[in-house]
Amino acid sequence: MPYDPPDTDTTTVDSPTADTPTAGSTTTADNTTADTTTEITTTAAEEPPTLPTGRHTGCPFDPPAELTALSDRPLRRLRYADGHTGHLATGHAAARAILADPRFSSRYELLHMPVPVPGMPAELPPAPVGDITGLDAPEHTRYRRLLTGRFTVRRMRQLTERVERFTAECLDAMEQAGPTADLVEALAQPVPALMICELLGVPYADRDRFQSQVAVIFDQAADAEARGGAYAGLLQYLNELVLAKRAEPTDDLLSDLTASDLTDEELAGIGGLLLAAGLDTTANMLALGTFALLSNPDQLDALRADPGLAGQAVEELLRYLSVADPILRAALEDVEVEGETIRAGETVTVSVQAANRDPLRFPDPDRLDIHRKATGHLSFGHGAHQCLGQQLARVEMAVVFPALLARFPTLRLAVPPQEVPLRERSNIYGVISLPVTWDEA
Amino acid sequence: MSDRHEPLRIEVDRDRCAGAGMCALTAPEVFDQDDEEGLVVLLRPDPPPEHRPTARMAAGLCPAGAITVGENGDAERAGP
Ligand code: SF4
Repeated sequence: MPYDPPDTDTTTVDSPTADTPTAGSTTTADNTTADTTTEITTTAAEEPPTLPTGRHTGCPFDPPAELTALSDRPLRRLRYADGHTGHLATGHAAARAILADPRFSSRYELLHMPVPVPGMPAELPPAPVGDITGLDAPEHTRYRRLLTGRFTVRRMRQLTERVERFTAECLDAMEQAGPTADLVEALAQPVPALMICELLGVPYADRDRFQSQVAVIFDQAADAEARGGAYAGLLQYLNELVLAKRAEPTDDLLSDLTASDLTDEELAGIGGLLLAAGLDTTANMLALGTFALLSNPDQLDALRADPGLAGQAVEELLRYLSVADPILRAALEDVEVEGETIRAGETVTVSVQAANRDPLRFPDPDRLDIHRKATGHLSFGHGAHQCLGQQLARVEMAVVFPALLARFPTLRLAVPPQEVPLRERSNIYGVISLPVTWDEA
Repeated sequence: MSDRHEPLRIEVDRDRCAGAGMCALTAPEVFDQDDEEGLVVLLRPDPPPEHRPTARMAAGLCPAGAITVGENGDAERAGP
């Protein structure tokens, strides 16, 4: 299969910056720190900008215009919510290098928030128990190793048939209730919800108890109290579940993990994180992805004509939509990236959406083109924290999009595109609802 | 850029592996993941010509820098 690497030699891009995740050592072999004493002063005179927020700039799929304007340089200074001067990475190569480099920490307590979050203190507390996204090696590695075996490519592919069957059920129900539907409710939420529930061993019937809590956790507009309450509610639910699994193990991830040395608290925390991530991210990709396809009829027709393009189309939609953004890291020591020194203690905001639209990496980046090879996008992150559930997400999307298009050959939006309500202030971008319609057969 | 048709020698470092599965997804003929920890398993250290491009691509995509590709049967860890 032809593949055009972004650089002269992709096989060496990663290694210089990726240290052994378990080593926790500072003796990183690195060819980019040759001269960290050279001050780069080109940006010193300007007052650094702040991070643009909101996504809507006319096209609901594009990054905000202000962010694109800041993407003229791969890395630049950024003013943070608390006045901290850190950095913004918008270039693909820079973003990738930073995410792969263990000299950048994920620990929440070291990070500065780029934009103010209502009611949130300027200084974040350390990650709650089980929230592995806020940990570094070796703690992160220990947890991660317990989980990765459950999310392998092979295991996730084995779920294809289950995804197909449940998708068909959802489409049946949608067809019967139709000819209009909210695609979010009818399909985009139920499929990932069922799959992550089955995988974890969370009763799908309980989802009323946690689905609304998950929405609040990701809602930036919700105040700290509401978010804290939602998180506590989710944890309490999982705590009860973990106790039940200990008493009577079933065939699922949570039950299996009760055999490990994890405490009840750790188990509930990990379970809550996986449940939240599994519910919301793929659901938004499915709904927003459908919206994007409906808005690009040539791409939609191409996919409908050749469902074999599904895998490739999924990668392109992941790149084009970049629903989870940004990713934050704090430098543990001085690191040179793209000729600029990021000082120990400084926070870097890695803009996944900007990096995925870097024209140096993806030519004509603002075009949705399902024929392009979009592999190498950063939508699942990069480095030791790269999304654990990505192979599950891929299977779900590769099944759902073609199945939906095959079932409804006349599928279209039921409202003008400008009226589709967007999740403007959520950590996971998407649509709140997607009214669709079709001609009855 | 090296010639796609030159022999390759691949090495993996399971200590670095983050279990993300990009390798098994990209070049299933060359890489797999074990069922217990989900860590990379190298199926073919010297893949035949038809699998070399995807093997290279997998090495480039690996988020953890756990895959090393050497030329001419001579594996070298990338970087200094
Ligand atoms: S792509 Fe890299 S990190 Fe992921 S499973 Fe393969 S070797 Fe491990």
